[in-house]
Amino acid sequence: MSATLDARIGQQWRKPPLIQRPWLRWVLLIGGVVYFILAMASMEVNWSRVYEGLDRGWQFVLAFTNPDFTSRATDIREGLIESAIMAIAATVVGIALSIPIALGAARNIAPLPVYLFCRGIVALSRALNEIIIAILLVAIFGFGPLAGFMTLAFASIGFMSKLLAEDIEDLDRSQAEAVRATGARWFQWINYGVQPQVMPRLIGLSMYRLDINFRESAVLGLVGAGGIGATLNTAFDRYEFDTAAAILLIIIAVVMMLEYLSGIIRGRMQ
Amino acid sequence: MLRLEGLTKVYPTGDKALTNVTLDIPDGEVVALIGPSGAGKSTLIRCINRLVQPTSGKAILDGTNITSLGSGGLRRMRRRMGMIFQEYALVERLTVMENVLSGRLGYVGFWRSYFRKFPQSDVDEAYRLLDRVGLLEMADKRADALSGGQRQRVGIARALIQDPALLLVDEPTASLDPKTSRQIMRLIRELCQERGLAAIINIHDVKLAQMFVQRVIGLTKGVVQFDGPPDTLTEEVLTRIYGEEDWKETIRKVEEEEEAA
Repeated sequence: MSATLDARIGQQWRKPPLIQRPWLRWVLLIGGVVYFILAMASMEVNWSRVYEGLDRGWQFVLAFTNPDFTSRATDIREGLIESAIMAIAATVVGIALSIPIALGAARNIAPLPVYLFCRGIVALSRALNEIIIAILLVAIFGFGPLAGFMTLAFASIGFMSKLLAEDIEDLDRSQAEAVRATGARWFQWINYGVQPQVMPRLIGLSMYRLDINFRESAVLGLVGAGGIGATLNTAFDRYEFDTAAAILLIIIAVVMMLEYLSGIIRGRMQ
Repeated sequence: MLRLEGLTKVYPTGDKALTNVTLDIPDGEVVALIGPSGAGKSTLIRCINRLVQPTSGKAILDGTNITSLGSGGLRRMRRRMGMIFQEYALVERLTVMENVLSGRLGYVGFWRSYFRKFPQSDVDEAYRLLDRVGLLEMADKRADALSGGQRQRVGIARALIQDPALLLVDEPTASLDPKTSRQIMRLIRELCQERGLAAIINIHDVKLAQMFVQRVIGLTKGVVQFDGPPDTLTEEVLTRIYGEEDWKETIRKVEEEEEAA
């Protein structure tokens, strides 16, 4: 038994701490607690206003127990159809545009200038919030679903391209290398060596984006970009909380259905 | 006939993977390339089909210098060099047939390959090769449903359907059990004999290499240390290639199965 081993026998063993230096560990911990307390103290809450608001909030909650699907049924149906068309069209166009951009934004496939250009598009699309783009596009194209469709398509590009590009960067290099070694052209290489590896991710992301686009279409209506959101906005403006509740319930149901559907599809794709 | 002239590869990090490698490999000769991990074996075969770009030197296959080809010429040249990989490198989510037919990508246009409409002669040849490697029944199975030995057979079929003049084989048995390893090596040797193919096989298992090849090349730190027939591979030579160790059990042709080192 060596001397260094003797010294260790009988000693307790503990996992080395995440942050090695004890003073830094304590400063971060105490600092975090102090910041949290100060932050909580800095929030100004007007309790009498909250008390008044509670009543209105309660009305809204009560409306959910008695949603009114019928009195504005035509408006709701038209809004839903418009939203569905907007969401599906935006998803399809967004995916179609995001695939080439994702290829360009994957460092293991694209040369540096192409990579920087495509990453720039992704960054721009992700930096601008949907609402801001929608306000701009409503100003250009006027009220209605066209502005909403274009907003969602633009937002889909950033989302899909970024996540797909990351999946492409993670692909198994040897599979792609083997296809390249056969003398395949670039497009054949993408089709045989890359596409099969990222297909499940692409389909999963597409389903996910479709449900995001549907949800977003409800919000975009608030700034005049059409869809079920416009119907919802009108209901709020008229204080028709029962109709608003009906619309929200429908949105929740549709999103849950899409979620369930995408789960099934992703399960089948392996 | 493959000729390497002063092939050198220096990685951007400054690591010299290959230094001035000069070799002649005549048609139909099966060569084992041995050496410790990091000796440059993988780099050497990848410099030949330029999956790795050599820093200097020439690789000449049937009179054409591969290292000076443009991208179109390189693609046409790669068709003549079938490659077989460690860990098989099949595209896991494609079927066995698609993997085999991907060996024809250098010969067919994009849209034909995109719609999987390969010429009938290619399809027939794919079936013939799958039958030859004993996997005809598996044609429409997905590659990830196969066992290791089966996958490597598909890898061999994919390389052969290219109708190559040369096989580049990168540690074909590294993840296979001893029996399957022998079967795969035997299959590669037989196919090379049938078709008059030259092959360079990177391999760690010296004993296995001795059983199946006509010539052994030893590589250490990117330099050729040994080049000769397998029975001249002595303990002294192995020490030169790998460093000091007891090599008695590693060489000699033995009959019993032994775990790959």
